[in-house]
Amino acid sequence: MKFAIQVNEGPYQHQASDTAYQFTKAALEKGHEVFRVFFYHDGVNNGTRLTTPPQDDRHITNRWIDLAEKYKLDLVVCVAAAQRRGIVDDDEMKRQGKDATNIAPQFRISGLGQLIEAGIQSDRLMVFGD
Amino acid sequence: MLHTVNKSPFEKNSLDTCMRLAKAGSAILLIEDGVYAAIKGTEVEAKMKAAAGDKKLYVLGPDIKARGLDEGQVIDGITVVDYGGFVDLAAENDKVQAWL
Repeated sequence: MKFAIQVNEGPYQHQASDTAYQFTKAALEKGHEVFRVFFYHDGVNNGTRLTTPPQDDRHITNRWIDLAEKYKLDLVVCVAAAQRRGIVDDDEMKRQGKDATNIAPQFRISGLGQLIEAGIQSDRLMVFGD
Repeated sequence: MLHTVNKSPFEKNSLDTCMRLAKAGSAILLIEDGVYAAIKGTEVEAKMKAAAGDKKLYVLGPDIKARGLDEGQVIDGITVVDYGGFVDLAAENDKVQAWL
C-alpha cells in the first residue's frame, strides 16, 4: 500500500513528529511504500540541519535523514511555511537575499502542490499534528 | 473508516466530537495523550464502554508505556496495538481521519 505522510508539528513540541516518524518507519518495515512526507506549518522546523539536541535525547531531524537515506524517502518542506519560519535552501537564499542556508540533507523545499499530488497518488494520507 | 484521536479527553473535546460523528462499525485509535481515555477508573470509562458496543476501539501501547501507565489498566474491550498495528489499521480501513 502507498502512504503519504503530513507532519504539521515541529520537533520537540508535543509528540506528532515522533508519531509520524514511528508510523512511517513501521510502514516501511512492513513493506509498504511511503510516497512522500510533507512538512507543513510548524512541521517545517523538522527540516533544519542546525538542530542540536542534548546527546541523551533523540535527534528528530537526523532520524528523518537516516530513514530517508535508507528508504529513499521524499522529504518535502512547504515553501510558504518555510519562508515564515526561516528554513532556507540555496535557491531561497539567493531569491530572498539571505546570508545562509539551514535546510537539512535529504529535505527539499517545494510547494503545496506536492501535498495535493501525494494525496492523489497515495492510497492513504496520514495527518500528524497538534 | 479509521479515526485517530491524539488529545486527552480531560484537556479537549476531540474524542467527544469523534465519537459523535463516527459511524457504527468505525475503528477509533487512541494515540499520544488520547491514550488517557483508555484507562480504567476515570470519568470517561462509561462513555468508552458504551462506544465499544458499535465501534472498534484501539489504543497505542507504546504511548501508554511512555506515560508510565500499564496495559493492564486498559478498559476491557479496547485492543492494544503497536506501531505495526497502527499501520495495519490504516491499511485495512479505506479512509483515515485524524482528530487533532
